[in-house]
Amino acid sequence: MSLVAGVRARDESAMAGLYDRYSSLVYAVALRVLGDTGQAEDVLQEIFMQLWRSPSSFDSARGSMGAWLSVIARNRSIDALRKRRPETDIEDVVLSVEPNFADTADRNRALAQVRGAMTAMPEAQRSALEMAFFEGLTHTEIASKTGEALGTIKTRIRAGLSVLRKAVNPGSALRA
Amino acid sequence: MSVHEQFAEDLALYALDALQATERTNLEQHLGSCSGCRRELEDLRGDLALLSLSAAGPHPPQRSRDRLMKAITEEKQKEAVSSPKLVSSATVSISSESDASSGWLGGWVGRLGWASAIATIIVGAAWVNNTQRKNDSLQQEITALRTKSGQDSAELQRVRAEFNALTGAGSQQVTLVALQQKPQPQGKALYVESSGKLLFIANNMPALPADKAYELWLLAADGKVLPAGVFRPDAKGSGIVVDPQLQPGIAAKGFAITVEPKEGSLVATTKPMMVGLVI
Repeated sequence: MSLVAGVRARDESAMAGLYDRYSSLVYAVALRVLGDTGQAEDVLQEIFMQLWRSPSSFDSARGSMGAWLSVIARNRSIDALRKRRPETDIEDVVLSVEPNFADTADRNRALAQVRGAMTAMPEAQRSALEMAFFEGLTHTEIASKTGEALGTIKTRIRAGLSVLRKAVNPGSALRA
Repeated sequence: MSVHEQFAEDLALYALDALQATERTNLEQHLGSCSGCRRELEDLRGDLALLSLSAAGPHPPQRSRDRLMKAITEEKQKEAVSSPKLVSSATVSISSESDASSGWLGGWVGRLGWASAIATIIVGAAWVNNTQRKNDSLQQEITALRTKSGQDSAELQRVRAEFNALTGAGSQQVTLVALQQKPQPQGKALYVESSGKLLFIANNMPALPADKAYELWLLAADGKVLPAGVFRPDAKGSGIVVDPQLQPGIAAKGFAITVEPKEGSLVATTKPMMVGLVI
């Protein structure tokens, strides 16, 4: 029985297994966004409790559990940062990503590739990407903060994501 | 730049929750009709997951794990001592707008038996807790009902299989209507607000082009219109939506059906062809 199936069957040990596998991923994102260990722990608790109470909110057809949790962690942390009510229902988050974050070796390999790509990225592009993702700033706010044009910021963010995708999955490209 | 390209430019910002309300609404409408953009949005969210990896490093303290497991244990204990409470369920009949007041009885009389069984299963799935156990007799009832609750998922699958069998080759379906009148599209929704469980069954549905499907919408009491499952009718016009994973606690004032792209839509893009209000 998979860990998710175990949680659906109300198996506490399965929940502990999910926590052990993914908590560092969730916590790291929350801590990076919030910059406060206490608040990051609260987000971690909230997300895993929600998973326990409503395991059906995760649908494997919507993406891998690790990737899904990391995006949920970022969104919930931004909500906490802005002290606003959650804006995105966790069941609305559908994503597609390779590799599967459940495998530690794959995750570490992807981490090295992502960090390499971020390091190689022009400073302005990396900065725009991080302000949007980890600080939750809109492109308007980033443009105001950097003095760049709105279109430039928008392009940098999109191009930066494309760089990450290509670094981890060579040969891929933005389709739209 | 085409309209599509303009929306594609905004997809990354949408994935980041960084669009203004108006831009967001416009993009969501476009997403409802553009499978390419929906696919790209999934990929962009995958890219964000990759970006989240760059934060990797710190591990949560042991106290976080202890806190979570303690909370889970306490919740399980609460569940163990709570009594099952049959919550109110809403039953909705959906008829085509052109014939909203006639005919569902004729189409459903033949199915009342197993429809009742389905209703029982759905309601069974909606056990909630909150009331303290009062005596041993009640505890026995709790145990029996909890066992049944654990079987709900499998039973829903069985219902689906039975439905397929009943509507498959060799089955006979009869709809009684007034003479000289063609059978009208009909639908019946069984919905439990507290758990979000929903079962929808339709018949006499017109055939659709290969790239289209019917989409069920929950008309929430607060005015929101929420997608509640997509289905394509079989050769006899029958279709079913089983437990589309709705968020619990949404008060429904009714349901509606529209025709959408076969993969479904986040927002309705056509006028409802069937509507029904909670009885």
